[in-house]
Amino acid sequence: MHEMSLTEGVVRILEEQAATHGFSRIKTVWLEIGELSTVVPDSMEFCFGAVAAGNPLTKDARLEIIRVPGTAWCMDCSASVEIATRTDPCPRCGGYQVTVTAGTEMRIKEVEVE
Amino acid sequence: MCTVCGCGDAKVEGHAHSHDHDHAHPHDHDHGHDHGPDHHHDDDRHIHYGRGIAGVHVPGLSQSRIVQIERDILGHNNDFAGRNRAWAAEHGVLALNLVSSPGSGKTTLLCRTAEALKAKVPVAVIEGDQQTSFDADRIRATGIPALQVNTGKGCHLDAHMVESAIARLAPADDSVLFIENVGNLVCPAAFDLGEAYKVAILSVTEGEDKPLKYPDMFAAAGLMILNKIDLLPHTDFDVARCIDFARRVNPDIVVLQLSARTGEGFDQWLAWITEGRRRAVAERITALEAKLAAAKASLGTA
Ligand SMILES: Nc1nc2c(ncn2[C@@H]2O[C@H](COP(=O)(O)OP(=O)(O)OP(=O)(O)O)[C@@H](O)[C@H]2O)c(=O)[nH]1
Ligand SMILES: [Mg+2]
Ligand SMILES: [Zn+2]
Repeated sequence: MHEMSLTEGVVRILEEQAATHGFSRIKTVWLEIGELSTVVPDSMEFCFGAVAAGNPLTKDARLEIIRVPGTAWCMDCSASVEIATRTDPCPRCGGYQVTVTAGTEMRIKEVEVE
Repeated sequence: MCTVCGCGDAKVEGHAHSHDHDHAHPHDHDHGHDHGPDHHHDDDRHIHYGRGIAGVHVPGLSQSRIVQIERDILGHNNDFAGRNRAWAAEHGVLALNLVSSPGSGKTTLLCRTAEALKAKVPVAVIEGDQQTSFDADRIRATGIPALQVNTGKGCHLDAHMVESAIARLAPADDSVLFIENVGNLVCPAAFDLGEAYKVAILSVTEGEDKPLKYPDMFAAAGLMILNKIDLLPHTDFDVARCIDFARRVNPDIVVLQLSARTGEGFDQWLAWITEGRRRAVAERITALEAKLAAAKASLGTA
């Protein structure tokens, strides 16, 4: 359950950004969470609710999670393919010579502030 | 709260208590987090990572606007990991991050490995557990320097804890540094500690489907060790299937089979470590030779 520490990391980055950009209240936070990342979005939302409530900066903030699809390079097909989990074979050839190229990201994209 | 380790009340063993915080945080705190008032100390042998988030109050604007952030959630951890990696490169240290389920045999493996290496190679160990210093005590019994990090509620080591532990333990130049992570096949996968490789240990009593059940860990690992092979006759563990599963999530993973109890298979494991260390030291030699050449050149042109 590292979503709690990740969420606390999110709030900390937001605090730094608040100081840099001069805002004091966040209305919405957009996170980009890859389908192949180690984060469970529901769990992240749950933790965010708990962590955000205790901070004046984030207490009214709404969390929006943007899922980024998993993408991999299949060596056998020499093609970029979409996969839903790390254990998926290549959807074209059924092989496992696939290397993940996108979908592992965990990023704070932007915030709506006042 | 430190970096992303906020879930914790982690402690680094052996830290001398001091309230002015001139202790094991050799990094400058230019990343704007404050260790001051949030730090609590249980006793004088630990660093205690404070809890709680300091509120930042900035006079606000009344109109709502969008601010681009574009920051990696693990950015702070990754900054520390980068510094640990740079430290390892500079000192010719091969750092290995051992990850597994609880009880797969990490500490047993490390004790035997330390015994086998210690005459030839300097070795140091950082032990991560939620509680107790039992594992560090076991390592120290072999005569190897070891430091316990207790993560409290935290389910993984993070790079900042490792940075503090390195400062405390001060591993020798050109040594092998083993970091035994908290027994957990999930969370440590996400946290880069600055290691050269993650080594995933799977014992044959755990079932061969673990690489598919916990793919992130096996995807992140450079080496998978199948441990407790002395027990294979008593299990229905299918080694070939397990390796096939691991290669599905990580086509490049190296696999070794051994028994930390009997020592079977140890030659290959020790050879793998030795080769990794050779490369780490060779890189340091190259860097030092470049420095030496630059120094000589500066004399020659003077
Ligand atoms: N038969 C057999 N038992 C082993 C082997 N390696 C470890 N064990 C036993 O497995 C148990 C757990 O070993 P540890 O070394 O404490 O495992 P660990 O991974 O460090 O455990 P945690 O730190 O609690 O996650 C102990 O009873 C060991 O004696 C092995 O190769 N064969
Ligand atoms: Mg152990
Ligand atoms: Zn394919």
